[in-house]
Amino acid sequence: MAAAVAMAARGCGGVWRRARQRGAGQPGPGPGPFPRGQRAVACNARGGAVPAGKSGLVPWVPVVGLEIHAQISSNSKLFSGSQVQFAAPPNSLVSFFDASLPGTLPVLNRRCVEAAVMTGLALNCSINKKSLFDRKHYFYADLPAGYQITQQRVPIAVNGSLSYSLCIDNKMSQMVTKTVRIKQIQLEQDSGKSLHDDTRSQTLVDLNRAGVGLMEVVMEPDMCCGEEAAAAVRELQLILQTLGSSQAVMAEGQLRVDANVSVHHPGEPYGVRTEVKNINSIRFLAKAIDYEIQRQIEELENGGTILNETRAFDSKLGFMPEPNLPPLILYDAKSLPANMNHQQVINIDWIHERLPDLPSVKRKKLVEQYGILPEHSFTLLNEDGLAEFFESVVKQTQMKPKKVIGWILKDLLSYLKQHSLTVKESPVSSFLLADLLNLLEKKEISSPAAKQVFMELWKGEGKTPLEIVKEQKLGLLQDQKELEQICQAVIDGQENEVMAIKAGNQKVLNKLIGLVQKKTEGRSNPVLVKQLLEKKLSE
Amino acid sequence: MGVGIKTRSGSGRVATARLSAQPGGPRSQWAAAFLAALPIVPRGVAARWRRAAAAPGEGEGRSAGVRRRRRAGGAMLRTSLRQVSAALKDGRVTPTELCQRCLALIKTTKFLNAYITVAEETALKQAEESEKRYKRGQPLGILDGIPIAVKDNFNTAGIETTCASNMLKGYISPYNATVVQKLLDQGAVLLGKTNLDEFAMGSGSTDGVFGPVRNPWSYSKQYKDKSVPKSHSEDEESNWVITGGSSGGSAAAVSSFTCFAALGSDTGGSTRNPAAHCGVVGLKPTYGLISRHGLIPLVNSMDVPGILTRCVDDAAVLLGSLAGHDPKDSTTIQDDFKPFEIPNLTDFSKLSIGIPKEYHAPGLSSEILALWSKAADLFKNAGAKVVEVSLPHTRYSIVCYHVLCTAEVASNMARFDGLEYGHRSDMKDSTESMYAATRREGFNDVVRGRILSGNYFLLKQNYEKYFVKAQKVRRLIANDFVKVFRSGVDILLTPTTLSDAALYTEFIQEDNRTRSAQDDILTQAANMAGLPAINVPTALSERGLPVGLQFIGRSFQEKQLLTVAKWFEKQVQFPVIQLEEVKRHDSGVFQHKKSASFS
Repeated sequence: MAAAVAMAARGCGGVWRRARQRGAGQPGPGPGPFPRGQRAVACNARGGAVPAGKSGLVPWVPVVGLEIHAQISSNSKLFSGSQVQFAAPPNSLVSFFDASLPGTLPVLNRRCVEAAVMTGLALNCSINKKSLFDRKHYFYADLPAGYQITQQRVPIAVNGSLSYSLCIDNKMSQMVTKTVRIKQIQLEQDSGKSLHDDTRSQTLVDLNRAGVGLMEVVMEPDMCCGEEAAAAVRELQLILQTLGSSQAVMAEGQLRVDANVSVHHPGEPYGVRTEVKNINSIRFLAKAIDYEIQRQIEELENGGTILNETRAFDSKLGFMPEPNLPPLILYDAKSLPANMNHQQVINIDWIHERLPDLPSVKRKKLVEQYGILPEHSFTLLNEDGLAEFFESVVKQTQMKPKKVIGWILKDLLSYLKQHSLTVKESPVSSFLLADLLNLLEKKEISSPAAKQVFMELWKGEGKTPLEIVKEQKLGLLQDQKELEQICQAVIDGQENEVMAIKAGNQKVLNKLIGLVQKKTEGRSNPVLVKQLLEKKLSE
Repeated sequence: MGVGIKTRSGSGRVATARLSAQPGGPRSQWAAAFLAALPIVPRGVAARWRRAAAAPGEGEGRSAGVRRRRRAGGAMLRTSLRQVSAALKDGRVTPTELCQRCLALIKTTKFLNAYITVAEETALKQAEESEKRYKRGQPLGILDGIPIAVKDNFNTAGIETTCASNMLKGYISPYNATVVQKLLDQGAVLLGKTNLDEFAMGSGSTDGVFGPVRNPWSYSKQYKDKSVPKSHSEDEESNWVITGGSSGGSAAAVSSFTCFAALGSDTGGSTRNPAAHCGVVGLKPTYGLISRHGLIPLVNSMDVPGILTRCVDDAAVLLGSLAGHDPKDSTTIQDDFKPFEIPNLTDFSKLSIGIPKEYHAPGLSSEILALWSKAADLFKNAGAKVVEVSLPHTRYSIVCYHVLCTAEVASNMARFDGLEYGHRSDMKDSTESMYAATRREGFNDVVRGRILSGNYFLLKQNYEKYFVKAQKVRRLIANDFVKVFRSGVDILLTPTTLSDAALYTEFIQEDNRTRSAQDDILTQAANMAGLPAINVPTALSERGLPVGLQFIGRSFQEKQLLTVAKWFEKQVQFPVIQLEEVKRHDSGVFQHKKSASFS
């Protein structure tokens, strides 16, 4: 059975198709190469079945739901005054409450509530004007109180939706927009971290993270593959970062995704769910979900059953209302009491009015304002600061935005990626790039020369584009006579080509243009050269 | 017409005792009727007490000035907080002297086991600081230099906080509970931490790891005179009675004059019950009026810091110094609390006292029933409206309380895993086995039993059936009170306990759960509803032991509650304890301090 190993190409919104053969072998641990199994899998956005195609097998409909924990970006923890900071020395950010010293009580952090309200509004949720806190009990070394304070029964925000786009078959030109329903957003405490040292048989506990505010975003199982889940998470990440409600850096654990995965035949009830947990990058998330889908299908087709493995934290103990926190009451303009101290209340409408442009709106504006392609707007927003960089360049140059975007995406971005740099770390500032593009736009340099200047600028030696052009003599030959002479010399030396052109083979003209470029070391304007050559040849 | 209170006869037959209104001046009439009903209470006790306080040293035959001064100090210990505060202000006694006398008395009454920790050194330092302030003429207020004690389930920075449990033996908190901090900020001198049932789970102050608290009244002349041992061969040692609980140490400390006020906690009656048994005032304020920050919780939704004092006025002083919003406790009221002096009750025409018939509970002793009736008549005679009311869901209260209490206990106790603080077992097989052993070794049977039943109620499959149902019943119980108060009743009058204090030997015949269920029966409904309630010592029983009555008020209407309580206190003239047994139990080590003992 395992002899032939197939890799399912991710075909979101379409069919899970057979894919090219890969070598035999067991899938390694963790998200890696795709698992073995020749399965015809079908899905679309709402789990509707699609014929399995050539395989002739009954199609499978995968169902993916997500629970996402986003660490709230705030100075202090959800219920204590301890500072929140990544990678601080172990147990250096622990208040009496965080260590669950007896007699300590939780005091709700206003900033965390505001972050959750912002996020809820951005995800089209209804904000509950009254929400409650519960204790979720389980024994674990990194949970000092023996329970987590969370919002289980009445969370702060419910019934929202998130629209996300993804491209079909990895083609940027074929983008589809989908929507996943948001079941709820709840405020809750993060746990500490524990590390088990097997050799010395001890558990090391770091409580720095214990009590940090989290927003748990629960998405309905409206997705059907890893790619969709990844796109939804990416969009959520962008929204959180735009709002500033979470830094949402997955590598730092500020955004943690658990996926619930099941498969079923069309028309049948949902299958048994399993959980894919603790994924720390979006790329691995897609792979891990697809892996799990494949594993389940294979298991079921082999006559097996899917077991819902008990969660590590699951216990038979349930929830209990947190008696130390009164209900969280939020107000809107209508319900706001007249003589209420504004420091003591949160006004949903006030927050709503101050929401920044969300990524979807920003993209729309970019497309409308600059006439760029929709897929380019996605790329601009996907890189932190890139849209701002683009807009800044546009402002400082006469070049049309449609041309600028090429430089931003093809040159700047690919250089950044090659060197694993963020936009902020770019050695070429928007000012320098605009300068360079202006030279190009004024036809002072040729396009190839501009690329050369760009590479020089990348070195970050502090030279301006103009200085580089002068130093390296990259400026276009402005002396028309000199250029005419060079053209004449090329024509004179290439009798055969001239004959061919005169005989009607216009393609050969390009060779002559190339020769002129070579002689001028790329400093000639190809359009002008072409004109001069044509004029001379027709004489 | 008197108010009918049904009397249960031993056979279970229900009779109705109708008490006719007593004509004449209420106070004298009351006293007369009262003493007639309980002839074992010697007449004129109160008067003697007042004389003793006014003229220290009288009748002792001591002449030496130093001794007189000591006697003065001894008598000083028996005054009220407000009186001793005035004495401090006038320079009749210094904070250090006062502190030393209290510390000395704590030593000579060590056999009571009222204190777990005596913070002698820090107390003397605090007294010294206070003395400096008085010398500068800048005392911090009425509490400056006043020796107080705090139940050992309040966190005290630098002083052990044990909850009378192996789990927290040796635990020194890094912070002060808000109430402790407030007392210290106002210059109070913290003498030490008082004994309790382990984690406040109990009604006898008998179930702590440091042993039971003995009721000071066990050693009173009043008790000795009336409760002759059944046979002389019987060990006198077994004649002592319990304090009630769980704040028994605090009640005993106030009752035995080792401090002027003490903090207790009250979850189901833990302040009022021992106050009743020890003959002191025990106030459970409205839930949310006083911060719980730093009080090691029993049931967060019912716990309230309690106040134990010698008189109602003193309770108002403590209330004024402790009440109000605390940013560290989100369940405290937002508004500031205005401290008040209790006015004299003069206009009874607008006062309506409710007598809840359900508080005539099975097991209520006939003498307490009689007291209750007389108290009702007292108000009626004064011109107040006294009406029988019904709180129909009261009978479900204890069962409901049991479910909610144990569930919260199970949750609250989860943090004691031996990792961050407290006892940690040597068991090292695994984290889980370390947890299990730590908790087995750290908690007594009572605590473990409540955790076990609480976890049962919290199981996913049981949650709706028990916890949610109990919450609904709790709402019904609270609504009973709302309805009664809405009907125009201002204050409810009930007994605090079913009977006077039990002999320790008898008390321990029953298990903690049974005892708690019986002993909390008249007190815990107020916790369910979050209402303020106060025990006012009323009289001595046939055995010469204190008996108290309870007043329950409207939410946050402490002023009204205390006004009524103060008036009542004044009418009943509860006798002062006459302690005679100190010398016998004194080891003799503190010879020079004997002169500070009771007489």
